Amino acid sequence: MSLDRSYRGVIARRQEIMRRSLGLDYERYVTGVLSFDYERLLGDAGYEIEKIQAVQARTAVGSTPLVELENITALARAVAPPGKGPRIFVKDEAQNPSGSFKDRRASLSVHEAAKRGFPGVAAATSGNYGAAVASQAAKAGLRCIVVQEAFDSQGVAQPEIAEKTRACEAYGAEVIRLSVGPELFYYFLRVLEDTDYFNASLYAPYSILGIETLGYELARQVEETTGRFPDAVITTHAGGGNVTGTARGLIKAGASETQMIAASVDLTGLHMASDHDFNRKSFTTGHTGFSMPFTTWPDRADVPRNAARALRYMHRFVTVTQGEVFYTTQMLAELEGLERGPAGNTSLVAAFAIAQDLDQDRIVVVQETEYTGAGKHPLAQLNLARRMGIKIMRGDPRDDVPGRQIVVPEHPSQIRVSEIDLDRVRRSYLANAVAAVPQDTRLEPVDIEFLAAETQSTPSYVEEILDEMRRTAG
Amino acid sequence: MAEKVATGTWVELHAIVLTAGERAPQAPEDTQHVPLEMRFKGILVEAAAIGEEAEVVTASGRRIKGTLATVNPAYTHGFGAPIPELSTVGEEVREMLRERGHFT
Repeated sequence: MSLDRSYRGVIARRQEIMRRSLGLDYERYVTGVLSFDYERLLGDAGYEIEKIQAVQARTAVGSTPLVELENITALARAVAPPGKGPRIFVKDEAQNPSGSFKDRRASLSVHEAAKRGFPGVAAATSGNYGAAVASQAAKAGLRCIVVQEAFDSQGVAQPEIAEKTRACEAYGAEVIRLSVGPELFYYFLRVLEDTDYFNASLYAPYSILGIETLGYELARQVEETTGRFPDAVITTHAGGGNVTGTARGLIKAGASETQMIAASVDLTGLHMASDHDFNRKSFTTGHTGFSMPFTTWPDRADVPRNAARALRYMHRFVTVTQGEVFYTTQMLAELEGLERGPAGNTSLVAAFAIAQDLDQDRIVVVQETEYTGAGKHPLAQLNLARRMGIKIMRGDPRDDVPGRQIVVPEHPSQIRVSEIDLDRVRRSYLANAVAAVPQDTRLEPVDIEFLAAETQSTPSYVEEILDEMRRTAG
Repeated sequence: MAEKVATGTWVELHAIVLTAGERAPQAPEDTQHVPLEMRFKGILVEAAAIGEEAEVVTASGRRIKGTLATVNPAYTHGFGAPIPELSTVGEEVREMLRERGHFT
């Protein structure tokens, strides 16, 4: 009997396909109606920091340099109030084998796949992670398939994704390029079902544990250089893995007082699954189209329980504009001699803005860079934007309108962050949680505890918001 | 008759995965109105002309069928022309640092 390959048919088999392709039974970790034992899920993977470091060292992943951005710090001080402008450092993650911190995420997944005897690995990703999985698979001698959302109905490819296609193919991977739509996951399930490959999901425990070394190294490097831990670490935020893994690594290094700031490019108004909007976005990751839905409900991922749970770890959540990121990317190249990919510089924009409020003796770390090149570059993105009818101008970045106009700042003093109210994010998370509760089911105390941990709040806060929602609904 | 592309050539195939009516219910309206398409590359199993049904062996060793679209597909992404709105940013910020004596 042939399998039902329709959208509904494949989605109906998702649990079974995922269990086989991950070799992980998430049911074991369920503790209540909504709650599951997050720490045990991650702990059972069996990777302490030293073990992760050993695995990553074998493929030259990690141990990237921490670079002090002295000229950018000087510029931040030039526009800051007297006495303000902390030392800004960047962790140059572009120096990983495939050019981004994603190598850390891919390394443990591919290591596990090889250890368990899977014939290959597969990942659904249009970004750096695909190249990372392909690179790691090449070294491990495993076959690799990357499924991308790559072009619109007119056949126009997003230049950054086109570059990722090339990179994956350079590492010997098969790349399936799909047109725009939410069915990337559907087709990915078909690939897993056809091949019995390992699901190198961005959201499986291995992928998050692999990032812990980033936070850990960073804390140690800052301590060695300055004698203390950083005051703030700023992370470009999309699906939540970067925030989660980095924060966990910082805590493991003892830097539990460090403020974790998540930064995303504001793409408000552009629909992530819209064919029309696809090539009107100048960023394919690190933007609010991922970070908002994933922060307010992580379990929309390609695994039953997402190991990336950013709201547990972030202390601030800010957005910046596309024009500010391109401006700052240019600044990084011309003031620091580091030509790096734009999406990774989202957190650098936030660092520059936040520096206006912090004293000079403070230390701020921008936690990643990524490689740059054809397609994956401000020029490629802005040339596409212009072709799509988007206006590009110098001016006040507050006038940036995603999909309509990109405003490159006229002066560094115009670089600002927009603060996202974390209380609203928590409420939105709790509303999504309540919507996930089956009808006629009551939440148990263990669920309330879980929701409090998920939202970095208290059980009484959770009860209060849930009561409020019930009253409003009633 | 169109010329056949030889067996063993590196090509790209095109296929419709879901037609406009078969798309995921959560897809936005504009996306619902177009098919889910797929493009993939591999080595041609049997000679075929552009536009004909064909089969390839992909880099992972899978056999997949589709319509023959391109022979030895090129990577065409690049940088494009310099963007004037970005071209002067470096000099502007360097000048600010020179004014403060940070750069000479």
